[in-house]
Amino acid sequence: MFSLLRSLWEVFLHSFHRRVTVQYPEEMPYLAPRYRGRIILTRDPDGGERCVACNLCAVACPVDCIALQATEDESGRRYPEFFRINFSRCIFCGYCEEACPTYAIQLTPDFEMGEYNRQNLVYEKKDLMVDGPGKYPDYNFWRVAGVAIKDKDKGAAEHETPPVDLYSLMP
Amino acid sequence: MNSLFPLVVIGVVLFIVLNLAAVLIWVERRLLALWQDRYGPNRVGPFGLLQPLADSIKLFTKEDWIPPFADKPVFVIAPAVIVATSLISFAVIPFSPGFVVADLNLGLLFLLAMSSLGVYSVVLAGWSSNNKYSLLGGLRAAAQMLSYEVFMGLSVMGVVAMTGSFRLTDIVEAQHRVWFVVPQFLGFILFLIAGVAETRRLPFDLAEAESELIAGFHSEYSGMKFGMFFVGEYIGVVLISSAITLLYFGGWLGPFLPGPVWFAVKTFFFIGLFILFRAALPRPRFDQLMSWGWKTMLPLALLNLLVTGALVLVFS
Repeated sequence: MFSLLRSLWEVFLHSFHRRVTVQYPEEMPYLAPRYRGRIILTRDPDGGERCVACNLCAVACPVDCIALQATEDESGRRYPEFFRINFSRCIFCGYCEEACPTYAIQLTPDFEMGEYNRQNLVYEKKDLMVDGPGKYPDYNFWRVAGVAIKDKDKGAAEHETPPVDLYSLMP
Repeated sequence: MNSLFPLVVIGVVLFIVLNLAAVLIWVERRLLALWQDRYGPNRVGPFGLLQPLADSIKLFTKEDWIPPFADKPVFVIAPAVIVATSLISFAVIPFSPGFVVADLNLGLLFLLAMSSLGVYSVVLAGWSSNNKYSLLGGLRAAAQMLSYEVFMGLSVMGVVAMTGSFRLTDIVEAQHRVWFVVPQFLGFILFLIAGVAETRRLPFDLAEAESELIAGFHSEYSGMKFGMFFVGEYIGVVLISSAITLLYFGGWLGPFLPGPVWFAVKTFFFIGLFILFRAALPRPRFDQLMSWGWKTMLPLALLNLLVTGALVLVFS
């Protein structure tokens, strides 16, 4: 009986507590920088596409919402011919970001992407691509990778030693 | 002109009570939200005040579905019964001297009788729905009404013994010197508990019990029939709050302010208390409810009546 009266009183005291509701459209909630929201494709500091169309994100995706087609430009850089994310399937797990070897695909703190038409949730490459480098401003995959492209031969990358000459007898 | 006055009073009372029942939906949701550190409905109109309007538009435009396995006439009548009986009870409630539809000399008995008729609505709804959960809800409502109606009547007899009249106006006038809550404190507590059980509000909403009986007696109801149960429930809350005000807190009596204002203030205090009960208290098990009613409350009510009667005899 006493505990009933006490709980009545304690609930009544909640009249003077602060309300925890965030009045969403007027007052935006705080989203951490690493919040897993809308997916973007980033560019390296030189403005080139980071994505090398390795398909790891599409493989890692548990709901198969990523589709892309790899191709190669005249300088030897691989890039996706199309890159398509179906956000009506995406569960924002972030596995694609973890799988990406070049920091190309990143998740951003933005969740306001509601649509009336389901087809509008299929984002093409032009919708996903942003102009900046995202969370990793200094990383450029092509500058550190040991892959030969135009204007950069094997062994010319940063921290890379020239390749061993297999036909030489010298140590 | 004088013969038209009762009609005016009826019109005013109906207008106030029916609108109050709608506004109480908003009041209850806002107050519950306040006590749970939320905001509640605050989007429709200023402070969400138009929420009941939006709700009723929704209820009126919903499909009015009568299940094919239901007992159709009874199914349709049941929601009307609770609203009608609760509204009829307001005929004897005096809001201030002279401002009453029918100042019966058996007003208190009429009030008790009409408010207990409301249980027919719940039992009939549960029975006619032809659904095991609804039937269980109806059964529980009937058993709960049997156990709580008994000491509800007995608990107010102390007030009647002190006044010597069943007329609600006389009962209020007898509280000029001191409110009956002071000499009849035990009776007030008993009546409050019985009143919560009478309106089937939490913590005594065993007929409804959404967590065990999936809304119990009104599982099969939709649209405005479902809404009628809620209108009836809220009218019942207003009714029991007014009854407590009249019987134990001096009705319209109070300094400075006019009578109806005092009446409204006191009634709203008890409506708030009802909502606080809902916010804070857990629902008892069914056998606990019954044994509490018969083994604790009934003897206490009898004791209260006995002592009051003895003291009235001694001092008169």
